[in-house]
Amino acid sequence: MEDNAFYVALSLLLNLDADLFQIVALSLQVSLLAVLVAALLGFPLGAAVALWRFPGRGGVIVVLNALMGLPPVVAGLTVYLLLSRAGPLGEWGLLFTPSAMVIAQIVLVLPILAALSRQKVEELLGEYREQFISLGMSRSRMMPTLLWDARFALLTVLLAGFGRASAEVGAVMMVGGNIDGVTRVMTTAIVLETSKGDLPLALGLGIVLLTLVMLINAGAYIVSELAKRRMG
Amino acid sequence: MTSFSPLLDAASSLCAPPALHFGDVAFSHLNRMLFGPCSFALDGAGPTLIMGPNGAGKSLLLRLAHGLLSPTRGQVSWSGDGRPRQAMVFQHPVLLRRSALANLTHALAVNSTPRNARKGLALEALERFGLSASADTPARVLSGGEQQRLALARAWTLSPSVLFLDEPTSALDPAAIRAVETAVLEFHQRGTRIVMTTHDLHQARRLAGDVLFLAGGKLREHSPAESFFSSPVSREAQAFIAGELVE
Repeated sequence: MEDNAFYVALSLLLNLDADLFQIVALSLQVSLLAVLVAALLGFPLGAAVALWRFPGRGGVIVVLNALMGLPPVVAGLTVYLLLSRAGPLGEWGLLFTPSAMVIAQIVLVLPILAALSRQKVEELLGEYREQFISLGMSRSRMMPTLLWDARFALLTVLLAGFGRASAEVGAVMMVGGNIDGVTRVMTTAIVLETSKGDLPLALGLGIVLLTLVMLINAGAYIVSELAKRRMG
Repeated sequence: MTSFSPLLDAASSLCAPPALHFGDVAFSHLNRMLFGPCSFALDGAGPTLIMGPNGAGKSLLLRLAHGLLSPTRGQVSWSGDGRPRQAMVFQHPVLLRRSALANLTHALAVNSTPRNARKGLALEALERFGLSASADTPARVLSGGEQQRLALARAWTLSPSVLFLDEPTSALDPAAIRAVETAVLEFHQRGTRIVMTTHDLHQARRLAGDVLFLAGGKLREHSPAESFFSSPVSREAQAFIAGELVE
């Protein structure tokens, strides 16, 4: 019975295992903060690319789309080099701290949010363009209106970003170091327990991670469906 | 319906609405001439109805006049200083994914109306167009007629000197058409220059002060409504009024 992953997951949860809760809390904290910062930067960036015509715009779109598939270890390596003692940002002393993990996840999530919001905003702009010009709106005035009116679509984009952040392991492992009680998150803990051979614990953690991601997605889905039905 | 701003109305009816001049205006796309070249002036009292079969260039004329499109040649100009305040109501109203009230306050905000005045003006416009009960309803779940009235209310809050309407009633039922026409006349009485396209002859008879008749991207006729309907000059207009299928 003790070898059953579901049993382990359930007993971890029911016993309010302190270590588990610390790991879960840190995972959520890091990923949510990364998605929040990436959204604050990425949504206006995506909207700006949708709104303005400038030389090299096509190149920017291609790069953003390509970076959606950036391998986490490459992002991790880049952030590692930036933050390491000898690196340009070494003075900040952030390597192997949760902040470094947030930065790495921002690098991963930002292109997703920018590229997808660019698409959504451009679709909406196609519908609104004539009315906006008729109202005499400047492009910078159109941006907040478009972002707000695309809010339901952007919520889905946000979830895609959160999925990427919470599921990735390579980048946080490299820049966080999986230090017990400091930078250990669910994904890195699963890798560690698997390599130690404690498969039930690894699976138990996996089930908890999956459940969390499901709950967050279900919540967002319900909110957006209700709102969509109300707003037409 | 009562006017909520008698002073403004008095002032705007004193000074005639700005006149619109098309000087040899043409619009082409991919080397195909889609509109013009043509010249005319809208300086009468109006309302001006633009008529003609589909593809005659009615919508293009409106968009060129409103500045949504730039002419490939010629000049669109207005009497008076600069560009007058103008608004446009489209065939399919473009409404934001927000409540009816928020659609109006957004337009007022864009128009740099002070924040504390926006809600009051918006509510007055909703009441004027019979939409008070729908203030908090999302604009895009309103019926077609209500959506078009909301678009008119939005134009109303902007107090335009010129209002363009692009077949605003083509998708509406008779009751909704009447509401739109009443609103158009109300704008007219406020001293707003009305420039409206339609392919509905009856509607043109009800509303028109003068008629611009287009066919094949060219202006065929510009005459006062009475003479246009009783004795049209151009062959195309004669056929159109006689109910023949003009292409």
